[in-house]
Amino acid sequence: MRTVAVVGASLAGLRSVEELRNQGFAGRIVVIGEEVHAPYDRPPLSKAFLAGTLPAEELALSEEDFDAEWRLGVRADRVDPRAGEIHLSTGEVIGADGLVIATGGRPRTLAGTSALSGVHTLRTLDDAVALRADLQAGVRVVVVGAGWIGAEVASTCRSLGLEVTVVEAAFIPMERALGPVLGSLCAELHADHGVDLRLGVGVDSFSHNGSRVTGVLLRDGSHLPADVVVAGIGMEPSTDWLLGSGLPLDNGVLCDTGCVTSIPSVVAVGDVARYRTAEGNHVRHEHWTNASEQPVVAVRNLLAGTTVDSFRPSGYVWSDQYGVRLQVAGETSGVDEVAVIDGSPDDRKFVAEFRRAGLAVGVLAMNNAKLFGRMRRQLAQPPGVTIPAS
Amino acid sequence: MITACAVEDLPVGESVRIPGEPAIAVFNADGEFYAIDDTCSHQDASLSEGWLEGCFVECPLHAALFDLRTGMPTCLPAKKAVRTYPVLVEDGVIYVDTRAREAVA
Repeated sequence: MRTVAVVGASLAGLRSVEELRNQGFAGRIVVIGEEVHAPYDRPPLSKAFLAGTLPAEELALSEEDFDAEWRLGVRADRVDPRAGEIHLSTGEVIGADGLVIATGGRPRTLAGTSALSGVHTLRTLDDAVALRADLQAGVRVVVVGAGWIGAEVASTCRSLGLEVTVVEAAFIPMERALGPVLGSLCAELHADHGVDLRLGVGVDSFSHNGSRVTGVLLRDGSHLPADVVVAGIGMEPSTDWLLGSGLPLDNGVLCDTGCVTSIPSVVAVGDVARYRTAEGNHVRHEHWTNASEQPVVAVRNLLAGTTVDSFRPSGYVWSDQYGVRLQVAGETSGVDEVAVIDGSPDDRKFVAEFRRAGLAVGVLAMNNAKLFGRMRRQLAQPPGVTIPAS
Repeated sequence: MITACAVEDLPVGESVRIPGEPAIAVFNADGEFYAIDDTCSHQDASLSEGWLEGCFVECPLHAALFDLRTGMPTCLPAKKAVRTYPVLVEDGVIYVDTRAREAVA
């Protein structure tokens, strides 16, 4: 393998470049990144960066360039994997005999808002800069979606002294991920910090003055005046540039247990990669840790030319909101029992264990990083620890 | 020189956080005591709450690994070293020498 192209220059792309060099690849690496920025860390965008306490230069993920060619501010328009050609938005064609797909995704947007200013999504640095510019003193913020991003944005806006309403279609926030008890606790965190939380109600439409949003009309008929609306309603994997490439796409780039696609010289990592688990399901993870961990395995398989190793997710996620640190690892959905094993949710310091058939398969901690670190290492391994390759 | 704790209060594999500016984390790594800045050089996390393995501590937030002997990170996301401090044990008490603080970049 002489040239590897890495398409996508965020965490998963950067980690792929780092792993290529770590694992001894001495050939040419070309990184294609749609954003003009060098790889930066995204988690602070909803927290310290949005709050204005962390400057943009602190977000840089690496000071090294790993002797790679960084084509930033350039999009990959299409790829012909068999010919080993990547066609860029500049008209340039990159020849590569290995390809790492790390294009992540785009946030879902609220229908009917594309022409309205004051309506935001949050994924990139530019998104965060634009949102921050709108968070002027006295503005009224409506956050749609009470997932991680929505909760963190709401929390940051409250810390800036802004009036915040969170609208969530489900009756309990985060219920699918955390179960009803801990989901209700997330609801309490919002309420404790003066957020007006509207649960079990969807968004109907938006009021505006012709160009700028002025409010959100809910399905129950209520109208929330708003100067700023933030949508935290999930993302879609960026695979449009792969249409016609022959690579199997279905809610992401389909790959095997080792992040290898149907073509052995093409691997996918991060939010865009929908890989096969040992149980035979295809899953995607939209988390920082996944983007950081997958490249280790994907690059190993890419350089080996075949799937020699399988990816095993740690399932580690964290969130800082309303002054508490939440950490989750392992599996938290589809469990039989959630038991608080240390501390108390009322004190906002506790550790809960998620059990299936009596075995601990997941752990959640609030403000207890130490015990969390110990617990996550003791989680029951999923069945079939020795996963056969491919 | 600041007092960390009694030797008997810091068994192998344990850590203690000394509040202050900056806060310092003291570890007992297989019988050796090490002191480093408590706050991860990457983002706001207390290294005293991290996972200790040999003479490395893993940041409890993002799993960046720091060498307790040098303060150097071994992997992303941390890029900058944390400061290390000499540790002294006298009459069963662990002390941290913070005078070296200015000498380290």
